Amino acid sequence: MAISEQTVETVADLGRYKYGFSTDIESDKAPKGLTEDTIRFISAKKNEPAWLLEWRLGAFRAWKEMPEPEWAKLDYPPIDYQDAYYYAAPRQKPKLKSLDEVDPELLRTYEKLGIPLKEQAKLAGVEGADEMASGMPGVAVDAVFDSVSVATTYKAKLREMGVLFMSISEAVQEFPDLVQKYLGSVVPPGDNFFACLNSAVFTDGSFVLVPKGLRCPMELSTYFRINEKNTGQFERTLIVAEEGSYVSYLEGCTAPQRDEHQLHAAVVELVALDDAEIKYSTVQNWYPGDESGKGGIYNFVTKRAACRGRNSKVSWTQVETGSAITWKYPSCILQGDNSQGEFYSVAITNNRQQADTGTKMIHIGKNTRSRIVSKGISAGRAEQTYRGLVRVLPRAEGARNFTQCDSLLIGDRSAAHTVPYIESRNPGAQLEHEATTSRISDDQMYYCQQRGIDPEEAVALIVNGFCRDVLQTLPMEFAVEAQKLVGISLEGSVG
Amino acid sequence: MPLIEIKNLHARIGEREILKGINLAIEPGTVHAVMGPNGAGKSTLSNVIAGREGYEVTEGEILFNGENIAELSPDERARAGIFLAFQYPVEIPGVTLSTFLKAALNARRKAAGEAEIAPVEFLKLMRDTARRLNLPDDLIRRPVNVGFSGGEKKRADIFQMSVLEPTLCLLDETDSGLDIDALKVVSEGVNALRSPERGFLVITHYQRLLNHIVPDVVHVFADGRIVKTGDASLAEELEANGYADYTDAA
Ligand SMILES: Nc1ncnc2c1ncn2[C@@H]1O[C@H](COP(=O)(O)OP(=O)(O)OP(=O)(O)O)[C@@H](O)[C@H]1O
Ligand SMILES: [Mg+2]
Repeated sequence: MAISEQTVETVADLGRYKYGFSTDIESDKAPKGLTEDTIRFISAKKNEPAWLLEWRLGAFRAWKEMPEPEWAKLDYPPIDYQDAYYYAAPRQKPKLKSLDEVDPELLRTYEKLGIPLKEQAKLAGVEGADEMASGMPGVAVDAVFDSVSVATTYKAKLREMGVLFMSISEAVQEFPDLVQKYLGSVVPPGDNFFACLNSAVFTDGSFVLVPKGLRCPMELSTYFRINEKNTGQFERTLIVAEEGSYVSYLEGCTAPQRDEHQLHAAVVELVALDDAEIKYSTVQNWYPGDESGKGGIYNFVTKRAACRGRNSKVSWTQVETGSAITWKYPSCILQGDNSQGEFYSVAITNNRQQADTGTKMIHIGKNTRSRIVSKGISAGRAEQTYRGLVRVLPRAEGARNFTQCDSLLIGDRSAAHTVPYIESRNPGAQLEHEATTSRISDDQMYYCQQRGIDPEEAVALIVNGFCRDVLQTLPMEFAVEAQKLVGISLEGSVG
Repeated sequence: MPLIEIKNLHARIGEREILKGINLAIEPGTVHAVMGPNGAGKSTLSNVIAGREGYEVTEGEILFNGENIAELSPDERARAGIFLAFQYPVEIPGVTLSTFLKAALNARRKAAGEAEIAPVEFLKLMRDTARRLNLPDDLIRRPVNVGFSGGEKKRADIFQMSVLEPTLCLLDETDSGLDIDALKVVSEGVNALRSPERGFLVITHYQRLLNHIVPDVVHVFADGRIVKTGDASLAEELEANGYADYTDAA
């Protein structure tokens, strides 16, 4: 597809003349600031249909009237939304012939995460990397390099099976009706401040549709990476699992070190129809800032699943180790009878990191079930809050929830808070809540050390043990990576 | 040269002196037993040898293979070959005994500049050792000491010792909580490790253990000092008469 080139040309014209500002097409970036013009620029650049531009503008107008939420237990300086760029595309490079041509910084990141070479080639978009993987079922990757997808693999193979897996920009071009049908149907534009901002300015993300009755045989995966300085990231992901289908989706992020805070406000919408199942796994490892907290990413994410069909199931697993600030509550709306929602979370905060994260389980249908297992680890001077809501509506006969919420503190300057909200309007609902707070004891450290394990590794080992129930729910590829991340993110927490 | 040589060792916790001048040398290939009343400082001695934080050595020194180990951290001492089977083994939730031991083994290998142990080799080592010590297989797959019975904890510690093959084995009341059969199995495990280059310090309250693990030397420990040293018969004498003679003397 030559869409991107075509767009670049179109926008070059539009940008210069129609909207009164000139854009350096080399850097391919919208000017700083956020106005209706910025949104028109993004929409034009992406060659979007009129309805989508209107949708964006509607969101923008609503957003301007909304106050920024202050209820989370997070402390950060006010964000100047006009002092950021809202669109940056990397220059389209010619197809790469080998890994030698790939940005070494990108490869280093992949390497650190233990991604095999073959996989790295695919991620970086090296020609023929697919053949190297020789058709084995594995990981299909849609790499988001900055704001635009630069590499998409396995697409053809997936397409043969009827699975649509592409960037959302492409989906807007190829399947506008599908996008229009589902976009914003789980997270409406006006849902919350950050989702609303995202709806106005989202640049790219992934689109997945798994057709009726198909168990998608490979994991679908997106690696996000924030690259351009001062570029807000507004990913938009939409996954639809049709009746009786199954898909497992992996999302992972890394970012190189930088100086200024970066805003990230993604929206992820999942739709599961009758008997469908979606497993969504995240390993989030964005730059957390230095020891004093300077320079980390601000991560304000809205993730929500609609279990629309009977017997549908959505399972969120997240391993959150990065970002200076995390504001994130992957949720399930359990609308279909017998539908199930799960939330498995490991959140690690070190140094000055802050996280306010949890989930919402909204029981609407009969016999809906939800399960929440949250493991929070706080080290250094980090602050962490688990915030969870379990709401049972009157019609939800036989609803059940189990919540387990464990906090582990390392050192004596870190903190953990647990804020469970339970609202049941059905007296028959069975709700269970367990919570613990513990510390790594000197005895445990000594025991490990006495066996020859150094303190840093001992902490990683003990914390991995603490998170075991959650890490076990990750697909193999991610579990190994996540275990390593646990160790890396707690480096320097003992001493 | 002794495997370990402790010279005039004084150690305190806070303001309180617990070890009041210990002299002890363990030759390679020998088993030393330490007996003495509660609170005498036996566990303290083993912890000071292992390098546990919180103890201040105010006088004296510990030479391990002729080297002063004062500056070594507990993990460095462990990798150098010192192993302590704990009086009260600690639980580590979520970390299976097998994962834990692999980490311990690989830590040693890494320090020695060797490659990590191959999964197959490790599995075989675990299985063979477990069989030899009559350790139930499921214990290896369970989190370290979590929900283990008192005796199982002790046996798991000896299992770890057998896998890690240290040169100096400190056993702190490993016999307490063991049933008669387990005592036998554990003792056999320890005896199997006896070798010309390895030394043992066995802390116990009961002669019974020393029937199985026959010591070369027996020390009576009271109020932070070794008050008497003898051969295996000393243990029998203590069993008959108690510590009264020695606690008065001390
Ligand atoms: N952390 C500590 N703080 C204060 N006192 C301590 C501490 N640890 C040990 N002690 C004291 O040091 C003394 C020696 O304790 P230790 O555990 O070495 O005795 P032990 O000979 O092993 O006794 P037992 O036969 O009961 O195991 C005891 O009086 C004990 O109360
Ligand atoms: Mg003791």
